[in-house]
Amino acid sequence: MKGQLMPESPSAPIVSLRDVRKSFGSLLVLDGVSLDVAQGEVACIIGPSGSGKSTILRCINALVPIDSGSITVEGQEVNRPDLDKLALRRKVGMVFQQYNLFPHRTALQNVMMAPIHVLKQDRKTVEERARALIAKVRLEGKEDAYPGELSGGQQQRVAIARSLAMNPQVMLFDEVTAALDPETVKEVLVTIRELAEDGMTCIIVTHEMGFARELARNIYFIDKGVIVEHGPPATLFANPRHERTRAFLDQIL
Amino acid sequence: MTSSTQNTSSAAWLARVTPVAIMATLVAMAVSIPLTHAFAAPGDPGVIATLLRWTPVIATGFGLNLIMSFVAVILGTASGALLGIAQISTIGWVRKSAFLFTEFFRNAPTLVLLFFCMFLLPFEITIGDTTIPFPPWMKAVVGLALSKMAYVSEIVRGGLQSIPSTQWEAAEALGFSRWDTLWRIIIPQCVKRMLPPWMNTYAILIMSTPLASVLGVHEGLTMTRGAISAEGRPEMLAPFYLYLLAMFFIYTYPISLWTIRLERRYAVQG
Amino acid sequence: MWLAIEEWFRWLYDAAGINLTIFYDEYDRSRFLRGVRLTFELSLACIVASVIIGLVGAWLQGSRFRVTNALVRGYVALFRNTPPIVQLFFFFFVLGGIFTFQTDSGTWRLSNFAWAIISLSFYYGSFNIEIFRASVEAVPRATVQAAEALGYTRLKAYIYVVLPLAFRFSIPSLGNNLVSLVKATSLAYAIAVPEVLYVSAEIWSDQLNVPEMMWTLLIFYVGIVGLMVYGLRKLERRLEIPGYSIGRAG
Repeated sequence: MKGQLMPESPSAPIVSLRDVRKSFGSLLVLDGVSLDVAQGEVACIIGPSGSGKSTILRCINALVPIDSGSITVEGQEVNRPDLDKLALRRKVGMVFQQYNLFPHRTALQNVMMAPIHVLKQDRKTVEERARALIAKVRLEGKEDAYPGELSGGQQQRVAIARSLAMNPQVMLFDEVTAALDPETVKEVLVTIRELAEDGMTCIIVTHEMGFARELARNIYFIDKGVIVEHGPPATLFANPRHERTRAFLDQIL
Repeated sequence: MTSSTQNTSSAAWLARVTPVAIMATLVAMAVSIPLTHAFAAPGDPGVIATLLRWTPVIATGFGLNLIMSFVAVILGTASGALLGIAQISTIGWVRKSAFLFTEFFRNAPTLVLLFFCMFLLPFEITIGDTTIPFPPWMKAVVGLALSKMAYVSEIVRGGLQSIPSTQWEAAEALGFSRWDTLWRIIIPQCVKRMLPPWMNTYAILIMSTPLASVLGVHEGLTMTRGAISAEGRPEMLAPFYLYLLAMFFIYTYPISLWTIRLERRYAVQG
Repeated sequence: MWLAIEEWFRWLYDAAGINLTIFYDEYDRSRFLRGVRLTFELSLACIVASVIIGLVGAWLQGSRFRVTNALVRGYVALFRNTPPIVQLFFFFFVLGGIFTFQTDSGTWRLSNFAWAIISLSFYYGSFNIEIFRASVEAVPRATVQAAEALGYTRLKAYIYVVLPLAFRFSIPSLGNNLVSLVKATSLAYAIAVPEVLYVSAEIWSDQLNVPEMMWTLLIFYVGIVGLMVYGLRKLERRLEIPGYSIGRAG
């Protein structure tokens, strides 16, 4: 399963990008990006800063509209004027580098807010599920703490639980460990790994190469808005085909 | 570290100023009494007695000042909050018109706005069969409220914009609509921060209420001047004015202190 | 060309009933322009005087003597918590009455114009004291210490390091305060100073064109304030130090 160069899933990919282009003003950020992520796959996107990695994620869940190309999630086209954004955000959850917890609410309330207010689910069921999710990210006992009272790693795990509360099919992680102390990075990576092992489709933008190598089925190297190279970690890290990939990996590893 | 010492120092100096300021007022009043007696004709009642005799009239006028400030602050805050929210709207024309509205009423002097309302608002409003009289003091309230509205609009806009855009992003990623995000996530975070400047604008408001006197409203200043001319004693001029100043001071000063205390509290947590 | 403009406004009156006599009537126009000029003079005088009061007051407040310290703070507390219009009446009627002297050529007293300047300057000066104090305090202590470590005396450090920075910090608040001051010149109406509001009131009671004059007034003030705000923003931008903001501590 992990040894193939071009993963061919029996079913259609759950997330698919075709020739996506995006400019911010005169700055071309994405220049024809195509990739496929199968259900249950962990895909890691790596590359230098400014290469467009975060933009890809934001285009997938329609936080940023694309100029041309197509993005499909579960067969539904994202780049549509009449897109049902709520339905998309139920399928795709996102965790940010700066955790972005709501500081005026406790950890438990943060996790509960979206299902109650956006999905209009019943409070008791939501609370039960929220407590279970908090336990799952190993923060039992911290339900009533405010984000300001939690460490960076703890806040990030609450953020993951908060996104999971919407029951997504795909989780997007945008350099979620970049703002953390090295000691707390590990606890977040463990949480993500457990998610992946449970079968969640994960698209992860990261600098943590060890993590990527261990977990990803496919790694995509992007530079200046173009996917230069992609493949399973074993081949990509050991034998990068392109010069740019080689140069980048030499810097990182 | 530096900011908290700065804020405690401003609270500390205010604590020291209170006795000085109150003493200064009392001293001014006390000094004016013998001066007044020096000019008073024999047989005239004393300063204190005269002031006390006129107190009900002046206090009633002052009460109208307070009422005008309450009504104006409610109207102004409600409309200003909406205007402030409109200023960050994603809809172009809403945002631009809210901006123009705010700037227009911010740049117009309060007295001019009062004149505007006095002359151009009708003296009674007819809705269907009922005719509601629109007394001058209510027109003054509208003028004051318009001024307050512009200030509140700026405070609200500033407060909303001070919340980092990452909060908006996270809420959007979770599926919150823009309206929901505003009310459940953004506003609760910045309400506290907006409180001290809002209280400052209330202080400005209460101190603009005597402007209505220029337009004939029977509030504190009008009553004081009426009392002065009724008494006809030039030596009572100072005591009467100081009396009115003292009333405003005693009402407004505690509000100032409270505002500074709130500022300190929210700045440290900030 | 001026005649053409006059003609157009006369036409406006006939056609639409909008009576802007200040444009076509010689007398009204000159009145109005005199009012505008007086507003400018009032504003300028008050700005200068209130800034001086602010600087002096901030300096006195920093002094070692408890008495001057307390006096300044008392002055600030008194003036900020009482209505400016009542202060104006107090200055003009009470102090104006006290400072009346009988001279050989008649009674001498300060004009209402002078009292307006004095009253408004003291009121807005009290705010300036606070603004200047806060902007000096906003200069990080570390910067001052660095200057002293380099050998600057306290006075030299104050002049060459603290004041330039404090000045930049003060521009937003000072600017706002001065804008409020210009708007407040309209208060002088209450003591019959013929500034633009008073003059407009004269005109509209003669010509019965209240709405037109009101709108003219509003546009006038909005225009003046707009210009001031624009000028202040340009000043701020010109003095901007790249990468340095009062929000980030140095």
